[in-house]
Amino acid sequence: MTKEHLSYLRKLKKEKFLVFTSQILIMIIFLFLWEFLSNHKIINPFIFSSPSKVLSTIKDLYLNYNLISHIMTTLKETFIAFILGITLSFIIAIILNEFKLLNKIIDPYLTMLNSLPKVALGPLIIIIAGANQNSIIFMALLINLIVGIINIYNGFNNIDPNLIILFKSLKASKLTTLLKLTIPASFKTIICSLKLNISMTLIGVIMGEFLVSTKGIGYLIIYGTQVFNLNIVMSGIVILIIISFILYKLVIFIEKKLLNN
Amino acid sequence: MTKLLSINNLHKVYYSKNNALEAIKDISFDINENEFITVVGPSGCGKSTLLNILTDMENLTSGTITYHIPNLKFGYMLQSDAMLDWLNVFKNATIGLDIKKIKTAENIAYTKNLLESYGLKDFLNKYPKELSGGMRQRLALIRTLALKPDILVLDEPFSKLDYQSRLKISDDIYKIIKKEKKTVLMVTHNIEEAICLSDKVIVLTKRPCTIKNIYEIKREKNTSPIKNHQDSNYSYYYNLIWKDLTDND
Repeated sequence: MTKEHLSYLRKLKKEKFLVFTSQILIMIIFLFLWEFLSNHKIINPFIFSSPSKVLSTIKDLYLNYNLISHIMTTLKETFIAFILGITLSFIIAIILNEFKLLNKIIDPYLTMLNSLPKVALGPLIIIIAGANQNSIIFMALLINLIVGIINIYNGFNNIDPNLIILFKSLKASKLTTLLKLTIPASFKTIICSLKLNISMTLIGVIMGEFLVSTKGIGYLIIYGTQVFNLNIVMSGIVILIIISFILYKLVIFIEKKLLNN
Repeated sequence: MTKLLSINNLHKVYYSKNNALEAIKDISFDINENEFITVVGPSGCGKSTLLNILTDMENLTSGTITYHIPNLKFGYMLQSDAMLDWLNVFKNATIGLDIKKIKTAENIAYTKNLLESYGLKDFLNKYPKELSGGMRQRLALIRTLALKPDILVLDEPFSKLDYQSRLKISDDIYKIIKKEKKTVLMVTHNIEEAICLSDKVIVLTKRPCTIKNIYEIKREKNTSPIKNHQDSNYSYYYNLIWKDLTDND
């Protein structure tokens, strides 16, 4: 290795270290400020809580309110809605791609559905699916499905036109083209849409839990507001941030694994 | 020379909402076995349309195309090498066999032989990304040859390459075609390429395109496309075709 190369590597390492320490530092400063301002009543501790109170509330929730089962409920709902969402959006995107005429016909209706704020359907969903977990999963599906369909469908439509001509010139059937060109060629786009999908699913699940639930992180947050215990609300939010961060990283990890093969 | 195909009074009209656009107006010519025919014409004149009609990717409006041998097969090679990036070299070469469901041991052996003869022997398990431009072009040709076509149809196969690679790769491809004794119909807007590669050059007019002239290219000695540049007849044909093409304006 040459001297220049070594110094270049050292520079890279230095930058990485700087980024990492800065990130940690921001977190520490934020938590410290939060604690400090709250302790000295500069911000209202009743509304904004404080890191130490959040920590003790989480401990209390863990010991007395079965926190783990709340987390597991939210995770389970997210997981089911996520898997269902990907599968369904994949199937629907294929149908829309294969039957262009159908696509043209239902386009305005899809646009209408897409622009409708899905929460508005909440009460209706509860009546149809019942005041149970089904409603929550249904809500999450409504939210992640549209994004999923649009992403996968766009992937299908971004295939190199030369490849399409190639398949046409080989007189490939529709099914062959779908299996040997459309799906493998847009594999990357499909995998990359998972990131967005997981965030959307979590939004849907929490929204569903706000509307109807007896368990889950969304329920904890709503419960906290109802009994005016804002420590619980803050704790719920903190747990949610951690969950969504872990899920996001997990999806990215899976994405990397799949794309490397 | 055996006649493979005759095109008679071919006509093609495109319809759109507001008008009918005549793309091809009365084209007739024959394709003989082992001939290398090039079609040149101003851009947008309908050269590609002609190829698409021949290979049955578009319908003709009127006229006839007569096959003189039964089950005449075309092999279409596109402007870009159109590689399937997620398949390795061998699978890319056999994709045509795969789609047509004729992946017999014999056809696979034939394709493998082509890959080995034309410098892709050590790359069978590599991916298209790892190949040079010239190798990709060769692979695209082998993919087409694997289906044992009677007539190879090339749509500006070298237009995306820089000048130097263009000369080298067209020389390469030409040698393979001659060695495999294939009949070729190529479309290009490059006069130089047309003269150096072909036995016959068909010059088209602009839209609606008709045949302006057909030249049988005669050389002192037929060696390789690169050397054909130095042939004494080269500039003679160049001037004629150049004049034909500019006459249009």
